[in-house]
Amino acid sequence: MSALASSAAPTSAAFDGTHAVCVRELSKVFGDGDGRVTALQDVTVDIAAGEMTLLVGPSGCGKTTLISIIAGLLEPTSGTVEVLGQDLGRLSNGKLVRFRGEKIGFVFQQYNLLPALTAAENAAVPLVIAGWSRQRAVARATEVLDSVGLGSRARSLPSQLSGGQQQRVAIARALVHEPRLLVCDEPTAALDAHSGHAVMELLRAVAIQPDRAVIVVTHDSRVFEFGDRIISMSDGAIERIETPAASMSGRESGT
Amino acid sequence: MSWIALRMLTGDRSKYYGIVFGITFASLLIAQQGAIFCGLMLRTSSQIADIQGADIWVMDPGVQFVDDIKPMSENELYRVRGVEGVGWAVRFYKGLARSRFSDGKFQQFILLGLDDATLVGAPREMVQGSLDDLRQPDAVIMDEGGYKYLWPNEPFELGRTFEMNDRRAVLVGLCKASPTFQTFPIVYARYSQATMFVPRERKLMSFILADPAPGWTSQQVCEQIQQQTGLLAKTREEFIWTTIMYYMIRTGIPINFGITISLGFVVGTAIAGQTFYLFVIENLRQFGALKAMGVTNIRIVGMILLQAFVVGLLGYGLGVGAATLFGELSKENMTLAYYMPWQVLALTGGAVFFIGILASLLSVRRVLVLEPGIVFR
Ligand SMILES: Nc1ncnc2c1ncn2[C@@H]1O[C@H](COP(=O)(O)OP(=O)(O)OP(=O)(O)O)[C@@H](O)[C@H]1O
Ligand SMILES: [Mg+2]
Repeated sequence: MSALASSAAPTSAAFDGTHAVCVRELSKVFGDGDGRVTALQDVTVDIAAGEMTLLVGPSGCGKTTLISIIAGLLEPTSGTVEVLGQDLGRLSNGKLVRFRGEKIGFVFQQYNLLPALTAAENAAVPLVIAGWSRQRAVARATEVLDSVGLGSRARSLPSQLSGGQQQRVAIARALVHEPRLLVCDEPTAALDAHSGHAVMELLRAVAIQPDRAVIVVTHDSRVFEFGDRIISMSDGAIERIETPAASMSGRESGT
Repeated sequence: MSWIALRMLTGDRSKYYGIVFGITFASLLIAQQGAIFCGLMLRTSSQIADIQGADIWVMDPGVQFVDDIKPMSENELYRVRGVEGVGWAVRFYKGLARSRFSDGKFQQFILLGLDDATLVGAPREMVQGSLDDLRQPDAVIMDEGGYKYLWPNEPFELGRTFEMNDRRAVLVGLCKASPTFQTFPIVYARYSQATMFVPRERKLMSFILADPAPGWTSQQVCEQIQQQTGLLAKTREEFIWTTIMYYMIRTGIPINFGITISLGFVVGTAIAGQTFYLFVIENLRQFGALKAMGVTNIRIVGMILLQAFVVGLLGYGLGVGAATLFGELSKENMTLAYYMPWQVLALTGGAVFFIGILASLLSVRRVLVLEPGIVFR
């Protein structure tokens, strides 16, 4: 299986700058003794900027673990991750936090909006973290909300918005500081098919930029068509990497 | 970031009010009980504080506090007058007298006898009549509170008489006096008069009031008196504290108040601390998201401390405000001792600070050990 993965993945000498994320022989083991779980085993993969990469696979195969490590939220047991040419393992904790704040945008399954803040204020949070004044940050966030089609709801509280609208606020928040890497974990899982579709369409429309890599974890096969590339995982390893068309036909032919 | 912290705090109305209520409750109880305690302690020594003309109190070495009277012989007065550094020294009588009224009623009085010549120890402020009237035969002056207690709703009537030790006493004036611990009405008379209002005893002089001669401090003179006469001499300030300390150590009063104050503290901490903790726990996901988005641990701690500070300040203000309001309202009612020195405010502030620190430390821990990865679960 790992042979398949490494043959499908670009070969090792790929720290060449064309890839936003380079993962090398990454392993993650949780716990020890009887409770020992190997969540990732020798994962090597590159993720390109300028396109949307879907990370798919059955529950428990290690998708969340992989993007958590890529986003600098979790330390690997072994192996390296380079994001935008920066080896995350070499960053001090403080620098890593700053790196995350500046370079990475997050979209969560549960939105994780602050319930007390309006849509615009929520979307402004990354700018506030970066030190912008409240007024400037909210003004900029309102523009971004406009671009996700929620300009009219800028002053609404999350509780006054539907799930799909909340996720759009979350996308605005993830993009407001123009990050170079966007990671989304199951952004459509809490939504009905229609809203899920709309969210994926929006992500394609506003998130993809030449110098930005977009990683979307999903096990919602209905949205596979939105990806430029699909990385399938199984049991903590990369199974194959392909394009949606191949994925669809592969599925049909039963391979 | 601070405005976000504050919005998070106030956004959750029920918890926000709960925390503020808890701290208000604690501050109110601590400040109010503390003030009543101070008021009572002040009353124990109010009779010393009320006498301002003399800075030195001389007494029998066995005296432990102002109501612990151990009479001295007249000789001691002359010995004290002979001590170097003593400017002047006069007799002072303090005791309890039993009076009988024409209607057969009995009443205990605190009887104060002032030096016949100088009237040292006289009340500070007359309300009716004049101090000089005390020189008339059988004359006494009573404190206003006592008069109101004995003859409620009756206007002052000059020349009312009653009997003490079968001697006639004539009321010639009313004065102001601080409420005392014993609560009895206070009656002032000349020393020679006062000693006739009580059963005859060989020694009658309760205290000697003195002042230092020019160039001497009260402290120095006290030492001189103690060395040369073997009597106990204290400055007014010292005697006030000796008396307060006596009541503090020898009565259950501080323990009782201590218990109430501790209860207020514990209950307030429990309510406020627990609600604050719950508030943070409920926002753990949000804090996790903030951490993922690049907020450092230090800033997270700052946010939580700010939230704790704001509810602390608010609760403190409301609690101390309510306690002060209570104190103002109770001023009408002389039976309630209430005195709020800055120490009580500081103590309350310290307690609130402690509650805030405790509540935020517990919750800060939870946020700090939180893996930012939790937001993906
Ligand atoms: N903090 C942890 N402690 C112990 N085991 C963990 C931890 N996080 C993940 N695991 C284990 O690692 C494996 C991979 O988990 P992960 O969450 O990455 O899966 P996933 O592909 O995201 O699954 P899903 O589709 O259900 O979200 C699982 O077996 C999981 O139980
Ligand atoms: Mg997952």
